[in-house]
Amino acid sequence: MKSKRSLLATPYVIWMALFTVIPILMMVVYAFTQEIVVDAETGEKAVRFTLNNFAQMGAYTVVFLRSFKLALVSTAVCLLIGYPVAYLMAKEGPQFQKIAMALIMLPMWMNFLLRTYAWMSILENTGLLNRLFKAIGLIDLVNHIMGTNLQFFPMINTQGAVVLGMVYNYLPFMILPIYSVIVKLDNSLLEAAQDLGAGSSRVFRKIILPLSLPGVLSGITMVFVPAVSTFAISRLLGGNNLMLLGNLIEMQFVGTAYNPHLGSAISLVMMVVVVICMAVMNRFGEGEEQAVIL
Amino acid sequence: MSKELIRLANCTMAFDDEVVLDNIDLSIRDKEFLTLLGPSGCGKTTTLRIIGGFQTPTSGDLLFDGVRINAVPPYKRTINTVFQKYALFPHLNVYENIAFGLRIPKTDEKGKKLKLTEEEIDQRVTEMLEVVNLRGFEKRHISQLSGGQQQRVAIARALVNRPKVLLLDEPLGALDLKLRKDMQNELKRIQQAMEITFVYVTHDQEEALAMSDTVVVMDKGKIQQIGSPEDIYNEPKNAFVADFIGESNIIDGIMRADGVVEIFNRRFQCLDGGFAPDEAVDVVIRPEDVDIVPVDQGQLKGTVTNVTFKGMQYDIIVDFYGFKWLIQTTDLSPVGSLIGIKIDPDGIHVMKKSEYSGMFGDYSSYSEEYEEISDATFDPEDADQEGGDEE
Repeated sequence: MKSKRSLLATPYVIWMALFTVIPILMMVVYAFTQEIVVDAETGEKAVRFTLNNFAQMGAYTVVFLRSFKLALVSTAVCLLIGYPVAYLMAKEGPQFQKIAMALIMLPMWMNFLLRTYAWMSILENTGLLNRLFKAIGLIDLVNHIMGTNLQFFPMINTQGAVVLGMVYNYLPFMILPIYSVIVKLDNSLLEAAQDLGAGSSRVFRKIILPLSLPGVLSGITMVFVPAVSTFAISRLLGGNNLMLLGNLIEMQFVGTAYNPHLGSAISLVMMVVVVICMAVMNRFGEGEEQAVIL
Repeated sequence: MSKELIRLANCTMAFDDEVVLDNIDLSIRDKEFLTLLGPSGCGKTTTLRIIGGFQTPTSGDLLFDGVRINAVPPYKRTINTVFQKYALFPHLNVYENIAFGLRIPKTDEKGKKLKLTEEEIDQRVTEMLEVVNLRGFEKRHISQLSGGQQQRVAIARALVNRPKVLLLDEPLGALDLKLRKDMQNELKRIQQAMEITFVYVTHDQEEALAMSDTVVVMDKGKIQQIGSPEDIYNEPKNAFVADFIGESNIIDGIMRADGVVEIFNRRFQCLDGGFAPDEAVDVVIRPEDVDIVPVDQGQLKGTVTNVTFKGMQYDIIVDFYGFKWLIQTTDLSPVGSLIGIKIDPDGIHVMKKSEYSGMFGDYSSYSEEYEEISDATFDPEDADQEGGDEE
């Protein structure tokens, strides 16, 4: 019986091995090796173990810091917007829930690049927003007050634009897990808290918030991880000056600076940092995980 | 008799067009153990939720100590609730669950904020753990407790706030029989020791009779009868109450005079009176009030059609002129034998005809049920209590 059941898992195990374990192993091997010319005359090359890739990385500290900073800021913004939205959705009637859910899901059915391109044309110097601001005289007004001479507000190619792009794209991944936890909260728990003398703000702080933490944690994970490794959003909305880890890694594989060994090393470090972050967070939320199982 | 503490005056509750409570009038006295008893959907839980403040009656008044409190939210009432599925906070341990209410600052009559110190909280939680026999469980997680222990935490969490009234919504419903009996005694003991008014909701008539000072029998959103357990059992007001509380044979009769009722064209002595001459009535005869006598001495003669051994007694079904009675007896009368019966005047209870007349108290289908019992999966206890299912 048992062997039969585990037999059913074989395709999945093979899939995991082929597309998850082996690539990670390859990445590790690449990260710790280097291709060097061993014979200057014949130009023969060999692969050797080295830590050089990691030593090189110091030059990219700025990119690391910028990536984590922008990902953190977008995650925080997503949480600040997403939690109240999820809470309202869970508390309102089924009609509101349906409409809100449709509004959240609808953009996700559109192509990711298309959505981000759309933001590009909105935020451009001669884009939709700037034309609107000009038309209503906002730019002139600001120039008048501040004594500047702006033709447009610089919005595209700023960190703000990148954060906006991240928030826009990843917000649903924050809302949905929080919503699904809150909507499943047993109403009698809230009644019990009221019964024991808790007003609505205390019910929220002492019952709803702690019990929805598992949703918050998975929301954070689902926003932070893609945000820290994105390269499309930063390329389209951040321009050339705002290189993020994703762009840096991409360059090592398809760009002019072709060096898959360095690229693998950067990926590996990023992965380790993310895994550590998640482990710390999950530890923090351990008590609440049990609550969800109940 | 203590003074009135809670009054529901002409309370009606309707959801959309469905009337759940129909003009209820109920008075609850201080320090009494009052039970709302009825089948699922009878309105007993709604009544409890109105008292707790979780629902506002569509019309009518809720008075607490003479003051109308319809619009007072639950957290401002000196009433606490033990919920049906306990509703313990899963993210807090036993201690913190019980301390939850104590940690909330209260405002006294003069508007001054009162906050308990950690020592006071600790003392009261410890005291409460003692009452419910859970010393040493302070740090336990809720998920590590058995059903009975969770139940006791829920009771402690409510009682620690020293409410004037404790509401209990089928608190023993999820426990097994043995534990239920223990907890019944436990609850009664706590209620008497702490001198708190208990309003208890159940569909289990045995539980209601065993624990209560006052039983309120409800059906279809209406109160059918209010009285002491003895009154309810001995003097049921209509066929519904007679059938819901214990086993009853309910027979059509005619009141020939005060103290004389006619059943199956035979006159019986009874203790009831005050009916119109020749008024059609319902007659209740409890299975244990029937004496089996030799055929020639019997007031009525019938044939035994079914015998079930119940341990303490035999439940036998006897056919009288096509109408089947349930009789409980310690003497075995085999199936097919002709027996005579005698009923003492105090074993006959006469009720006015009601909307429930003819719906209950006939054991004609009993033998068919018995066939089903032999399939083993059929539990006779369930079949006996009509409508007494879980809500």
